[in-house]
This record gives sequence, structure tokens and C-alpha cells, in this order.
Amino acid sequence: MRYLPLSDTDRADMLARVGISDVDEIFVDIPKSARIDGLLDLPRRQSEFAVERDLTRMAGKNVAASSVPFFVGAGAYKHHVPASVDHLIQRSEFLTSYTPYQPEVTQGTLQYLFEFQTQVAALTGMEVANASMYDGSTGTAEAVLMAHRVTRRNKAVLSGGLHPQYRQVVEGLSAMAGDRVAALPADPTGTEDILAAIDDETSCVVVQSPSFYGQLIDLKPIAEKAHAHGALLIAVFTEVVSLGLIEAPGEQGADIVVGEGQSIGNGLNFGGPYVGLFATRQKFIRQMPGRLCGETVDANGKRGFVLTLSTREQHIRRDKATSNICTNSGLCCLAFTIHMTLLGGNGLAKLARINHANAVKLKGALDGVAGVSVLNDAFFNEFTVKLPKPAAEVVEALAAKGVLGGVPVSRLEPGKAELADLLLVASSEVNSDEDRAAFVAALKEVLA
Amino acid sequence: MSMNTQGRPSAPSETAITSERATFTGNKALAMEEPLLFEIGRMDVCGVDLDEAEDFAPALGGHARKAVPDLPALTEPEAMRHYVRLSSKNYAIDAGLYPLGSCTMKHNPRLNEKMARLPGFGDVHPLQPLSTVTGAVDLIAELAHWLVTMTGMSAVAMSPKAGAHGELCGMMAIKAAHQAAGRDPKIVLVPESAHGTNPATAALLGYKVVSIEAREDGTVDPAAVKARIAEHAGDIAGIMLTNPNTCGLFERDIIAIAEAIHAADGYFYCDGANFNAIVGKARPGDLGVDAMHINLHKTFSTPHGGGGPGAGPVVLSERLAPFAPLPFLRKGEGGIEWVETDAELKDGEQPFGRMTAFHGQMGMYVRALAYMKSHGADGLKQASEDAVLNANYVRVGLQDLMSLPFGQRWCMHEVLFDDSFLKDTGVTTLDFAKAMIDEGYHPMTMYFPLVVHGAMLIEPTESESRASLDLFIATMRDLVMSAQKGETDRFKGAPFHAPRGRLDETRAARSPVLKWERPAATAVQPQAAE
Ligand SMILES: Cc1ncc(COP(=O)(O)O)c(C=O)c1O
Repeated sequence: MRYLPLSDTDRADMLARVGISDVDEIFVDIPKSARIDGLLDLPRRQSEFAVERDLTRMAGKNVAASSVPFFVGAGAYKHHVPASVDHLIQRSEFLTSYTPYQPEVTQGTLQYLFEFQTQVAALTGMEVANASMYDGSTGTAEAVLMAHRVTRRNKAVLSGGLHPQYRQVVEGLSAMAGDRVAALPADPTGTEDILAAIDDETSCVVVQSPSFYGQLIDLKPIAEKAHAHGALLIAVFTEVVSLGLIEAPGEQGADIVVGEGQSIGNGLNFGGPYVGLFATRQKFIRQMPGRLCGETVDANGKRGFVLTLSTREQHIRRDKATSNICTNSGLCCLAFTIHMTLLGGNGLAKLARINHANAVKLKGALDGVAGVSVLNDAFFNEFTVKLPKPAAEVVEALAAKGVLGGVPVSRLEPGKAELADLLLVASSEVNSDEDRAAFVAALKEVLA
Repeated sequence: MSMNTQGRPSAPSETAITSERATFTGNKALAMEEPLLFEIGRMDVCGVDLDEAEDFAPALGGHARKAVPDLPALTEPEAMRHYVRLSSKNYAIDAGLYPLGSCTMKHNPRLNEKMARLPGFGDVHPLQPLSTVTGAVDLIAELAHWLVTMTGMSAVAMSPKAGAHGELCGMMAIKAAHQAAGRDPKIVLVPESAHGTNPATAALLGYKVVSIEAREDGTVDPAAVKARIAEHAGDIAGIMLTNPNTCGLFERDIIAIAEAIHAADGYFYCDGANFNAIVGKARPGDLGVDAMHINLHKTFSTPHGGGGPGAGPVVLSERLAPFAPLPFLRKGEGGIEWVETDAELKDGEQPFGRMTAFHGQMGMYVRALAYMKSHGADGLKQASEDAVLNANYVRVGLQDLMSLPFGQRWCMHEVLFDDSFLKDTGVTTLDFAKAMIDEGYHPMTMYFPLVVHGAMLIEPTESESRASLDLFIATMRDLVMSAQKGETDRFKGAPFHAPRGRLDETRAARSPVLKWERPAATAVQPQAAE
């Protein structure tokens, strides 16, 4: 087997060295009744070529985003990632290293985590960021738990503009943990009265901007009302590129900012791995979940970095830890950091402007299709379109014509008649005029 | 002269050169100091060529950002150099033996990376029409089949994002099953040797953790489990037990423990972080397990990536299968069905909710399946046997000099030593580990599990050749003898040859500096003169 360095001679010699002739003697502690005789009922080993052929065939059955006019978003976005990013993250020293628990020999990882935290704090307008969560949705659930710890309350108010699957992750965990959730109904246009839902029992208000439906939300009044009641504002985003163009949630009074970082540096990957960004105020750092990298000096007085404040974490605090997270999204942070480094603040702003411009152009083109209307007045690179018939059918028909034309809201919110005709449509720098023309032409045919 | 223009062979200089010699740059040949990107980046360069958006009427509704994010950039050549230099400060499996017990630092085949990057896997969106991702769903179904077959369990929840997330998923399924039966037990039993994520997970769900002590031989005594059950009669939700356990031992009474828990109406959650020792040798389903996560980044070698990402699918027993979270796979009449929402449920399906947006760690699934297909049933079994043989080879090579807390007995894929061999040497486990760094090794896992004093947990994995193990054993023997001879200098200030000496962790925690600040905005503390 190509991955196993021991030869049969080695094995025989080593068995002799440990004093046995059959390796099964080592497995004595496994109850006899439970030992496997022979082999598992699974295929035998395959050459590299054979595995590559099998998997390439499977991959070939899927339609890759780059191969078609592509407008699918709803929490994961198609962006161009520079080739150097993927090259660098595959360097052995990054790819095949463990969590940097031995800082003397993992300064590479630690320094990029410090850079990552700095970038995330700057983008979100917050004072501190951690070294990542699994993704935006699990990060949101962790943010809610953190708000409960900070406020010593247990009721979260969720905006109807929150990504439905994020909501479900929060609801599921809260139900199990005995916490309360007040989730507002779906809010495609950003017109819900969330202020009315905040009271003295509220621990946190969770608001997404741009919302799941694409609407930009003014967070300031929500922050004010939340703070007046002793609650925290958790600002969520699923499209981190938006932070290049819209006001940072930290500037609008958010106490915790959490979101999905996939758009920068990371591919679509059918949903994962992604990278959860998590930032907050300095005064809350001891309540934060996840790893934190901090600056210090070594024995010779040279600057270096270490994982710090780990008395919050499971390996030290066990059942008193702020979270159970251990493995996080390390390498996805690196991809994020490198891509962000290539862009810089100005590059990100420019990229964000292109995204927004393309969305505005698409809106213009869709406005010209009979029976179709865009519901959002303020948006970034995604908006909700109302169609004259169920969006799920339309999306399938578009796919049959070779256009991936967005996400029917009903895919995530089934059984709600008022949402059945709504389609989420995302744009990014990868969309060309030809893509938009193909989309509009196909849509006209499908609706005709 | 550094340039050898006349083709003269270079020869060592006659004057002695010490490594202490200072250089102008602070670099030492290939060992280069690298500033933070913020210290070398600039606001007026960009490493990505972007066309300026044409004139258009923005629709941001007054939400525009006033200033661009204060983040400097590097061009591509500068970024390459910056991150390549940083990479040179990391230890990695590809560079040397990485014996971190419990972490399973085995070889990461590059085929797996290549496969995960096929556009049909890496460039597909989780919410594309299902008709355009049938190959992706097939891949998840095939991986699920391998996992269920290897473990002898009924079903698998694929979506958890890492081991700890899998623990949460499994314990939520257990809680849901209790709730469905109208029960609300409050206690989860967790052995003292457990990984921190186990008690942390139980506590997240509001459970009270009751710990179980280890017996003399490092395993859990069913009598101790029964005693705890009796103390909390009627209130036991389940047990979280690691097997093989964190001392590197197979829990030989596991079936009796499972029976005791089941008799108390509890469920058996198995922490499967160490499944790599027994793949192809035993199936957890035959041991009475109800739920077990599998760290695909350990057992199935999707890379650790400097801390993640991982994946933690959870296999479930027949009793827990109905509670598996969304999304899940169903074997329908027309083939595999992918169930994403409550609206698609059939009788008996009672998902407790959803662990994450979308479908889980597809990138890791591809890598894990490539690994499994490459090994096959025969190779997987061989890998477990080699891992276990290698660990025992290390044990036998060191047991006369280092101390085994549980005596000379077979270990599984990792061998646990304690620090009694360092007694009266003035050298601690930490010092010993740091001296390993100077010898070119990553230290083993230290101070875990908590049940033995000064724990040193060594997991060589099946990826090491005999020659590599021999050198490792010889090095460890040399270090032990050196410590026992009183050569404390070799240990106390170690490491001496790493990119950094020991770091001041107390200082880092006392006044945390968690990001770079632009010097103009903050008063920089002048560096203290040496
Ligand atoms: C025994 C054990 N259990 C659980 C975990 C947690 O797994 P993960 O880091 O994938 O969340 C680990 C690994 O760190 C472990 O070693």
C-alpha cells in the first residue's frame, strides 16, 4: 500500500522485537465476540489512478459554477480566488501542521492568525476577533450563547431577515439548552418592527445585514433599543465582501459581529469547509468562544505569538468552558488572510463596488421582464425577486436551459405560500454582461 | 566572497564560525525574520487586478461605508514571499515525525487535495438545484456507506463540522430521544481521562457532568459506572466514553459498560477520536455504542491545516437514527434521496434540528473518500495494524527508561508515559518536550490525559518507517539519559534552535494584544534595552 512505509520484513522484525508473531495478539483487549474476522465488506485498495478516475467521474456529474451563468447566493458566494492563495495554503508547513500548541515551532500559523484577527476586527469595526469558528451559522449560535453569558439572560430575538438555516441552528441548540428564542416571521423587505420585540428579558437581538433577502438594514436604532434594555446586538452577515462598501456593524453599535468569511479566499465547496468570523468588544473577551492568538515575547525578547486566554477553553475549563469548539477553520483563515492581503482595504472596496454595480445592472435588466419585480430598495450584491409563479419551478427550468439563476426561498422556507414566488438572486465580479443577457433571455422564455 | 565565479569548490572557512554571530538583517541564512503584513503592506498597492466599476447609481440606501477598511495590501510577489517565509517557521508532518497523541498526525495524501479541487466538487454551490449536483450527493452517500459499514451502525449524520461538533450532534440526538420518550434525565457520566470537549459538550446542553475515576490499569471499571448509576438512579442521560481511550488503551469491559448504561435507560456516546486504531478490527456497533463521531481529519487524514477545518460525522444506532439532524440521506425507492427540510419528512423521521447551514464539510468528504478508496478494506485494516504495531514498538523501545503509568501492557495506536522517570532530575515534562524540538521533533501531547502526572502521549501513526521510529527511539533514550545525568542545561532553556525560544504566555494573557495597531494611533512602548 503506497501510504504505508512498513514492509512485510519490517513488520515481522518489529513483531519479533515486541515479542509476538501475530499482530492480533496486540488487540487482546477487544472482546472476542466483537472482532472482525477477515475484511470489512468494502472494496479493496485502489491505485491512485483508479481512485482519481472514480472521483473525477462523480465530479463530472455536477455543474460547476464557473461553467455557466451563475447567480446563486443565499449565504455562499461565487468569487474569484487568486491562484496564489490556493498554492500557498497547500504548502506542507501550513497544510500538515496541527493547532499551534507549541509556539516555538508554529510561529507561521500563529502569525497569520494574528493577521487574520486584525483583518477581521478592521472589517467588522470591532476591537477584537477570534481565530475563527466553523462557519457563519455555528458562529451565530455561539454568539447567542455568549450574549446569554454576558447578560445572564436567556432570550434571543431573531430578525426575520436572518438566514433561515442560521435561525434553525440557533433554535435547535437553544431548545436543547433550555434557552428561549423569539423568531420574527420572514421579512423580505426589511420592514419588520423588531424594536417592539425587545424587552427587559431580551439577552440579544440577532439581525443580519445584508439580510438573507438582500436588504440592507440600519442597525443603529436596533442597537440603541437593545442597549436601553440591557441587551446586546448581534450583527450577522453572510457576504463578507459587503463590508468593503457598507458601514461596519461595529460603527453601528453592534456588540458581537459574526458572519461567514467564505467569500474571501474560499471556494463554494458545496457548503463547506467555510470560515466563521467572530468579533466583539474588548470588554467581552473573556466570554468569547474559540481560540485567540496574542502577541508576546520569547526568552530572548523577540516578538512572537501564542494562543492565549485559553482558560476560557474546553481543554482547560472542561464543563465550565465558554464553548466546546476545538478544531476550527485554521486553513480557511489562512486562505481568507492571504486573499485579504492581496486585496487590501482599497482592493476590497473596489471589489465590493464591482459586486454592487453588477447587482444594480442585473436589477435593471430584470426590471424589464414582465411580471418580475425586485423587492429590495437598498441592497449589496443580492436581492429578492418576486416572480409570477413558484420560484422552485422557475429555477429548475432555468437550470435546464443552462443558467443557475438563484435560490428559491421555498428551498429553505418550504410550505409558506407568501414566500413561494420569491427568488434570491446574487451577483458578483464573475458575472459578465453576457451572463446577465443569458439569464434574462432564459427567464423570459421560462415565464412566457 | 559569496559568489564562486571561478568554479572553485567552496571549503569550510578556517576561522571557527559560531551560530551566535549576529547579522545585519537579523536573518540567519534560511532562517528569516518576517514582519507582520501590516508593517510591510501599503495602502497604494493591490495584489489583485480589478477594473474600476463603470458609473452607476448605487442602491445602498445610505448605508455606505465612510472610509475604506484600514488594511494595507501586498502585491502577489510580496505576498508569496511573506507567506512562504512564515511557512518556514512551522513544523509539519511532511517535515518530520509529529507524535501528538490523540491528534493522529498521519500522512496527508496529495491525491486527496487534488480531488477536492475538481471543479465538480470545489466549485459547486450548496443550494444549486439538486439536479445539477447528483454527483455530490452520490459522493456523500458513498462516504456514508463506508462509515456505516466500518462502524456497524445504522445511520450517519454527516453535517457536523469537527469532532466537538459531532459530540454536540450525538448528545443532541440522545437528548431528543429522551424527550421523545417523555424523559428528562440530567446527568452525563464522563471518565476523568476524557478530552475536554466531552464535558464541555454535555454542559452546553445543560447536563450535569459526573466524573468516573479510572481504575489502576487506566480503563473504566464497570463497577464504578454502576456505582454512579446507582447514586443517580433514574437520572442518567448517558455516558461519554472514549474508546480506545485517551491513555491509548482499549476499554476491555466496554460491552459491560454499555449494558449497564442501557439498563439505566441511558445512551452510550463513544468519542471516536481514536477510531484509527481499530478500523477493520472491530466495529463500534458490536460494542453497544449508540452514537460516535469520527474525526475525518484524524482517522481519514483530511489534513489538520494548522488547526482545522475538520469534519465530524456521527454514526448512530437504530434507536437514535430517527433523530438525525437535517439534512440527511434517505434510501428511497428511486435511489438516494436528500432530505433538507421538515416539509420532506416521512413517518418516524424526527430530526432534532440542524447543526449547520448547508450540508457539512464537503471538501473533507472528498478527501476522506479518496483516502478510503485508496486503502480499501485491506489497506484500512493494515493501517490500523501498523499504527498499533508502531506504537508498541516505541513503547518497547522506551519502557525500560521512561515510566509507563499502567505497567507493561499492550497499547493501541498511542503509548502513554508519565513523568516519574524525570523525578529528581529538575527537568519537567515541558522542558523535556522543548528539548525534543531541538532534536528536530514535534513534542508529543503533554499533560493530557489528566489522569496521570506529567502525561506524555506518543502517537507515531502508521505513516512512520521503521528507520524513522528507530531514530526517534534513540533520540528519546538519549534525552532521558541526559536528563538523568543532570544535564539540565539541555532542557531548561530549550528550545535553542527553533525560530523562537520559549514564549512568555503569562504576559500574553495578562495584557492581551490580539491585533496589530497602527503605531500612529497608539503609543508604542519603546523596546526595553537588553
Ligand atoms: C479524544 C478527543 N476527543 C475529541 C476531540 C475533539 O475533536 P475536534 O478537535 O475535531 O473538535 C479530540 C481532538 O482534538 C480528541 O483528541
